[in-house]
Amino acid sequence: MDAAVEPKPRTRAEMAARVAADIPEGWVVNLGIGIPTLVSDHVPPEREVIFHSENGVIGVGPAPPEDARDPWLINAGKHYVTLRTGGAFVHHADSFALIRGGRLDLCVLGAFEVSERGDLANWSTGANERAPAVGGAMDLAVGAKRLWVVMEHTTKDGRPRLVRRCSFPLTALGVVRRVYTNLAVLDVTPRGFVVREMIPGLTLEALQARTDAPLSLAS
Amino acid sequence: MIDKFVRSAAEALEGVQSGATVLIGGFGQVGTPNALIEALSELDLRDLTVVCNNAGTGTHGLARVMAEGRVRKIICSYPRSAGSVVLEELYREGRIELEIVPQGTLAERLRAAGAGLAAFYTPTGVGTALAEGKEVREFDGRAYVLERALRGDVALIEAWAADRWGNLTYRRAGRNFNPVMAMAADLTVAQTQHVADLGGLDPEAIVTPGVFVDRVVHIPYGDPVLGTPLY
Repeated sequence: MDAAVEPKPRTRAEMAARVAADIPEGWVVNLGIGIPTLVSDHVPPEREVIFHSENGVIGVGPAPPEDARDPWLINAGKHYVTLRTGGAFVHHADSFALIRGGRLDLCVLGAFEVSERGDLANWSTGANERAPAVGGAMDLAVGAKRLWVVMEHTTKDGRPRLVRRCSFPLTALGVVRRVYTNLAVLDVTPRGFVVREMIPGLTLEALQARTDAPLSLAS
Repeated sequence: MIDKFVRSAAEALEGVQSGATVLIGGFGQVGTPNALIEALSELDLRDLTVVCNNAGTGTHGLARVMAEGRVRKIICSYPRSAGSVVLEELYREGRIELEIVPQGTLAERLRAAGAGLAAFYTPTGVGTALAEGKEVREFDGRAYVLERALRGDVALIEAWAADRWGNLTYRRAGRNFNPVMAMAADLTVAQTQHVADLGGLDPEAIVTPGVFVDRVVHIPYGDPVLGTPLY
């Protein structure tokens, strides 16, 4: 008799590894703050992927050990990084020329919400108690050839993040191509969210119950 | 003989007036002209507009300039950090004007000013709160926002090495906004870690030619100290 598989949501590391599995050699990739930053740890060093950081670092390598930090080498999140052999530095206008000029094969960002039309909300919750801050999110969202989002499927209190319409202030309109969550991988298509895969044991009904926008299965 | 070196940060800032727009290079703690910012905080100025990617941490540097009530307006992309207490307090109390600009738009507004352009169209920000009130125009089926060039009265930048003509090189991620701001101000002031003889910098490696630089001051402070990560 078949034992029912209890669905086990992906951890942050597993989500990052799942994204990394879809990045081929040769791509130029920008990773946002949070889970996206973890993606590079799961790309094997022999697969040459060029990671870009918007503060002007092309060819970001792994984080250095604590005793080998270079105080002049940080990424967009102000964390110490290394430069891969072949890497280069540019100034900010060139760094964003690279972004808006279509040289990024992929940008992976976190999000508060993604709409079924691919609208992205990831820079502000609209709350006024703190000074607003956008950084490079809006440039990355419109500039990269592909934008993938990696995020938890719902908020901590269970509210869906995959929605018909975003309720938070928008970062960009119609830009998200694919979403990796702790429960599923979904494409944003002209007919809305299409489920490409789900974690073992999860049904479409159960996934739909955690999602505001209507879902369909990839044929 | 051309010699752009001055003896102190205070001398480097001579002539900066109240109401000035001040461009300040750096990203986080790296490539930030701390000695020039400290010297700015010593001056009895009011109503400054400061253009800087971040908005200061702790109570020194740019945070001190703001805390002393010298800044009317900040133009930046990411004012928020674990230690941005001064900005947060001034913002909450409505005592400072804040213009949030997407980081790439900020860089390009500065670049445009340096290149003698009045404005440009960018796809960044279309349909968002940051494009409200701005002209949106379609080119080849895609919507773009009109953004104006952003020029400074003075730019404060940090270099790794400089010669007496003001030719500059930078170090690693310390390049960031510095070369762009150097080109975008009427008075460009650089603090440099190292001094090179004229001819001592490889012409192929000079990032900012001295024609964009007015004054240089030698501040060999060593390595930047990283504060708390901003995220």
